[in-house]
Amino acid sequence: MKLGSALSDRAGRLLDFVWSGWAGLAALALLAAAWQAGHEAWGDFILPAPLATLDAALGLLADPGSLDLLLLTAERSLTGFAMATVAGIVLGLTAGYAPAVMRLARPLLTVVLGVPPIAWIVLTMMWFGTTSTTVAVTILIAATPMVFVAAAEGIATRDRELGQMAEAFGYRLPGRFLFVDLRQAARPIFPALALALGTGFKVAIMAEMLANAGGVGGALARARALLDVPQALAWVVLSVIALIVVEYGLVRPMESELERWRRAAQPWGVKR
Amino acid sequence: MNALTLERIGHAYFGQSVLDDIHLEVGQGEVVALVGPSGSGKSTLIQIAAGLVDAREGRIGRNFSRQAMIFQQPNLMPWATARENIGFPLRRAGVPRRDRAARIDEAAVLAELEEDDLGKYPVELSGGMRQRVAIARALAVRPDFVFFDEPFTALDVALKRRMQNLVIAAAREAHFAALFITHDLMEAIRIAHRIAVLDVRGRGIAGLRALDGGPGDRDEAEIFALRQRFLECDPLFRHIHDVDERKRR
Ligand SMILES: Nc1ncnc2c1ncn2[C@@H]1O[C@H](COP(=O)(O)OP(=O)(O)OP(=O)(O)O)[C@@H](O)[C@H]1O
Ligand SMILES: [Mg+2]
Repeated sequence: MKLGSALSDRAGRLLDFVWSGWAGLAALALLAAAWQAGHEAWGDFILPAPLATLDAALGLLADPGSLDLLLLTAERSLTGFAMATVAGIVLGLTAGYAPAVMRLARPLLTVVLGVPPIAWIVLTMMWFGTTSTTVAVTILIAATPMVFVAAAEGIATRDRELGQMAEAFGYRLPGRFLFVDLRQAARPIFPALALALGTGFKVAIMAEMLANAGGVGGALARARALLDVPQALAWVVLSVIALIVVEYGLVRPMESELERWRRAAQPWGVKR
Repeated sequence: MNALTLERIGHAYFGQSVLDDIHLEVGQGEVVALVGPSGSGKSTLIQIAAGLVDAREGRIGRNFSRQAMIFQQPNLMPWATARENIGFPLRRAGVPRRDRAARIDEAAVLAELEEDDLGKYPVELSGGMRQRVAIARALAVRPDFVFFDEPFTALDVALKRRMQNLVIAAAREAHFAALFITHDLMEAIRIAHRIAVLDVRGRGIAGLRALDGGPGDRDEAEIFALRQRFLECDPLFRHIHDVDERKRR
């Protein structure tokens, strides 16, 4: 009985999630329409038709060599993303509890964020050569600050009265951290993770292109050398699809699972 | 042996003394109401007694095994359902997982919560229901000492009365001792065995009045008459409706 209701609750939420995909699809259709209009105005050479690009992208997917390139890029960006997530969350939570650390970190963050990722790529290339490490470390540097700030913010703006409540019922520091504070910090962390993931893919491709380290970036560099616009667009489409798959297959579902209660607060019209 | 003993408690925020030389005792199974004007340091004192704030001076004797607390705000975790909120202290209290559902249901019945409401999130509950969830959360651990910090101030008169009756009944049933902060003298008379009045500037307990009979034995007319008598004839209660006496010092 209880299991049944829990299952139907979950199924309902899954359906909601899928249903909300229609809105995304509609937005994509709009984009495709604008793209098609551009194609008809400027011709095949400048902007190939969206369908032709999709065709080219599918062609790439069918080719095992290209699929390997895509997987290589995905693996690199996910490695960097995972490293940035762990580093950002650990450092951010610490800074959230220690205002002194936060005060030290703020100006440092301004400096780190002020350096364009492309400059980090040049530096890491010289440090690590044209390897996967270059890509991962660049992502680590570019994406950690976002996660860090979100985690620190989450802890610093937590509801302290909830902590007092837990303490009044005998919870000590570890319990309060695990059951009360972490849960509140998760709220700003997830949007930051989605952002960091996007940064991961972008930086990975950029680094690959510049460092000629293979992957999608390498393929894009080749397409540019050959002035092959359809090929370049197809790669762009593929990498965007990969990003969407990871974000909506992993990050967003985890977030909506944690933020279930927020849906309960929304008026009906906003839910659908 | 007293359930709670406060000796020479003193506290200061940023060098400014808030409490000084407070002595207070709460016996086993006794409900003591602490009244005092706003800003006199009542919340500070109960937080010290409950172990949430470390006192600058003095000694606290706690002679109970399980404490619970009900705050002015419900302080529910917004991400957890009413049921999960009520069950939150049970993990820490060491109640085995398989027994928790029964304990939650038991506490929910005491706080007059319906089965339907237990699956809802705090945002879906009314203000009074949220406070009842907070009460159920405190009762679920089967405490032998409960700290109340003006728990019903935000509720309307009718609901307040129901909640007071609930506390009286629960205190009898579960036989817990309690320190109950309020600035409503009627409320204090209704639910307590003894009333302690905090000095307007937090300098000691200004005085204590024991009430005849147990909580719940007094009828409305008696309570009202007693309140009038306290306010009109007893100098101890002269200042309890003053607001922030500190500022006028
Ligand atoms: N965290 C704090 N930091 C600094 N000062 C505080 C703090 N908490 C309370 N105070 C001060 O201590 C004094 C007593 O506050 P307290 O909250 O204990 O009063 P109270 O008797 O509970 O008042 P009320 O009936 O309005 O709740 C007040 O003057 C308040 O400004
Ligand atoms: Mg108070």
